[in-house]
Amino acid sequence: MSAEDTPKDYSESPINLEYFYTAGSATTRFLNQVKEGNIVGQGCPKCKAVYVPPRGSCPRCGVATDIEVPLTDKGCIESFTVVHIPIPGNPIVPPYVCAMIRLDGANISFLHLIQDVDIENIRIGMRIQAVWKPKEEWTHSLENIKWFAPIDEPDVDVATLRFQES
Amino acid sequence: MIQAGVIGVGQTKYDAKRRDVSMAGLVREAIDNAMLAANLEWDAIDAVILGKAPDMFEGVIMPELYLADAIGAVGKPVLRVHTAGSVGGSTAVIAASHVCSGQFKTVLTVTFEKQSESNATWALSPRYPYSPHINAGAGGYFAPFIREYIRRYEAPEHIGWKVAAKDRQNALKNPLAHLHIPGIDEKMVSDTPMLWEPLRYLESCPSSDGACAMVITAQDQVGSRNVAWIKGMAVRSEGTLSAGRDEVNPQAGIDCAKDIYNQAGIQNPFNEIDCAEIYVPFSWYEPMWLENLGFCDLGEGWKLTDKDATSIDGELPFNMSGGVLSSNPIGASGMIRFGEAALQVMGLAEDHQVEDAKVAMGHAYGGAAQFFAMWIVSSSLD
Ligand SMILES: [Zn+2]
Repeated sequence: MSAEDTPKDYSESPINLEYFYTAGSATTRFLNQVKEGNIVGQGCPKCKAVYVPPRGSCPRCGVATDIEVPLTDKGCIESFTVVHIPIPGNPIVPPYVCAMIRLDGANISFLHLIQDVDIENIRIGMRIQAVWKPKEEWTHSLENIKWFAPIDEPDVDVATLRFQES
Repeated sequence: MIQAGVIGVGQTKYDAKRRDVSMAGLVREAIDNAMLAANLEWDAIDAVILGKAPDMFEGVIMPELYLADAIGAVGKPVLRVHTAGSVGGSTAVIAASHVCSGQFKTVLTVTFEKQSESNATWALSPRYPYSPHINAGAGGYFAPFIREYIRRYEAPEHIGWKVAAKDRQNALKNPLAHLHIPGIDEKMVSDTPMLWEPLRYLESCPSSDGACAMVITAQDQVGSRNVAWIKGMAVRSEGTLSAGRDEVNPQAGIDCAKDIYNQAGIQNPFNEIDCAEIYVPFSWYEPMWLENLGFCDLGEGWKLTDKDATSIDGELPFNMSGGVLSSNPIGASGMIRFGEAALQVMGLAEDHQVEDAKVAMGHAYGGAAQFFAMWIVSSSLD
């Protein structure tokens, strides 16, 4: 029996979904600043935790994070992984480093890439700073930051990063 | 509160691609096996509780509607549960709670995933402007937590290989398991390519098609049936992006475990629980959950694994069925843990039965390790 004669019990039909993302007021405030090259976290009026990226409320207290907290683009690596697996459709070529970035003054981390360093030299607690795209490419996206790169400052003890209500 | 018990567990054969059945055929295979095990007629089922992971995994939105015939739900109340990867566990708890509350006498509960019909990594990776589109898969998300665990407690790298080999050795005793790898050992695991450091290929769960169903009934309906009594059950969740959260040892997991131990009157879980089916999709989650669930102190989990405490003939066997590392139809993976715990105390686990298992634990976690569901089942009511 040739391949054409084999009865086909399935067919592949890729679907393409387009969607609009509605940012809401808190994320809109954040993204408007990101477009200008600024990172502005948002603080909880009750427990004072600082969120970046802010999602509008403090999950600890259930209140709106209505305090604007300007931050620098420096921080440290809370933890990381080296990704070796090629994911179909992903333009980033393995191996690459995906890290939990903790900006100075923030109380949560977010995932971003680490580059401009030999992978074997990357460590938990390493100091890093954002590497931005050229200004004319800036848009309402955290991808305005290409990646984070190490800076020559002493490592941080990540145990000290845990948020404690004062 | 009304006492409830599991009187039937039904599973499918797990495989990478179950092209011999549709989604409806897949869930029905598990349900038929559960109904047969429970020795019940359809009239006895008062409601159907269905769970699965995100609808985008197959691209079929609200599949519980299209599946109404296959799950025997026409004309009966249906409830859909959705808590990401923990959903199999949450669905079991929700189903049992409808019996314990007196709302229904007998419920059928079913969970499934047909991963071959879509691409879970794609479904999990929509592009949002507040986050770079890294798209590294679930392992890329969990690997940093694992690295932090290893750093915190100075755990040696062979622990991960050991868990991966042990669960796959158990899978060889379970004909339904997706992965059957003859001769699997630590060396074979450590020789496989690195995917997400420190996780190697064989330290990661497969992607499977499969379904699991259970029939849960009230004490006065049990009759002479073999039953796994539900002695404690709970769900907990925590904010993914909450300041102060410890992703290595989530508070929601600690609280959920304490709750079920209290309900079941368990003071020392390590001594009083005979075996456990714990959600371990990546090898290192075994030692991490040993600690999180209070089986040992912080930093001691990897030592228990290292001295074979969790092997099938150890002091506290973990994942006798082969676990999530051997079969991972995501939406069903939690319910398989709960169902396998029930099979152990019913004495029906066949080749992967733990001798004299009287008290067993089922556990599931999901999302960004922020959803938890657990239960304790026992062979006796008192
Ligand atoms: Zn707060």
